[in-house]
Amino acid sequence: MSPANDQANYLDGNAAAGALSELFAVDLTAATAQCNGCGKTAVFAEARVYVDAPGMVARCNGCEAVLLRVVSTPDNTYLDLRGLTYLRVPNP
Amino acid sequence: MERTAIRRRLMWQVATVTDVRRETETARTIVLDVPDWPGHLAGQHLDVRLTAEDGYRASRSYSIASAWPGSDSGSTIELTVERLPDGEVSPYLVDVLKAGDPLEIRGPVGGWFVWKPEQEGPVQLIGGGSGVVPLRAMLRAHAAAGSTTPMRLLYSVRRPDAVIYVSDLKELAGSDDVDVRLVYTREAPAGEPRVGRIDAETIAQHAFKPADGATTYVCGPTPFVEAVADLLVAAGHDPAQVRTERFG
Repeated sequence: MSPANDQANYLDGNAAAGALSELFAVDLTAATAQCNGCGKTAVFAEARVYVDAPGMVARCNGCEAVLLRVVSTPDNTYLDLRGLTYLRVPNP
Repeated sequence: MERTAIRRRLMWQVATVTDVRRETETARTIVLDVPDWPGHLAGQHLDVRLTAEDGYRASRSYSIASAWPGSDSGSTIELTVERLPDGEVSPYLVDVLKAGDPLEIRGPVGGWFVWKPEQEGPVQLIGGGSGVVPLRAMLRAHAAAGSTTPMRLLYSVRRPDAVIYVSDLKELAGSDDVDVRLVYTREAPAGEPRVGRIDAETIAQHAFKPADGATTYVCGPTPFVEAVADLLVAAGHDPAQVRTERFG
């Protein structure tokens, strides 16, 4: 176990399931996501999620680029998806 | 995609605490009655939200400890929460919440870190500390379904009194299809000489071999999960067959 790992302060994509379930009809943690930064394709559950912020930030576990951000205010929820090239969700 | 995943927009709702059970010095199980609970898959979780008098809100995600439908759940679900020293939510859930209290929840959520009885192949569960919670739901689902799929649990804990679900794990391990192995990192009980973290040798001795085609579920603190996932991949396990859940 490296010292860097001991400092890890992130969760994973599973932790974003609730916030995303308020916005999407399908479960996105099992969706395949492509990072717009490095092109890595992985299941969203494997992303790094940081919750110790005013909002929730998901980063690519390959290049650390921001994949998405979710910020909720009392009246609205802001969803920023700039870091994703695509999300692939199997059809029912 | 799961049929249960197609639904209306998920909203917060109020559950009622019907019972609380002490598991260890720092962890307890909270039994919740949730009106119109749609059911869940073993491994899914639930978000809990607390609102302070001044309106400040904090929410955290907790694994569901009970299987559904399962003999242990009836019409209720269970969460097991460990108190984190600097936690915003867990100290309240572990030390203050009592039977009869309302609790704001949202769920079930998550469709990746789940096990379904119809899934093919053996199942390797590897948990660190309270990372055993969703794995216990999988063991319960396995028992409830009468599944004969081989299932193994490798559970890393600091010391004997930190083991969550002791009697439950013994009972579940009574099945021919389930193997439970505890690894103590700080202090072992009498007759158990080995003290140390899960390493390559532990994996080689107690986990399914790469050729067994098992799906492996690893849950625990982030450093634990990363170390175990690295060991599995180094031992030749297919990364696509290793599912992880980290809780920071």
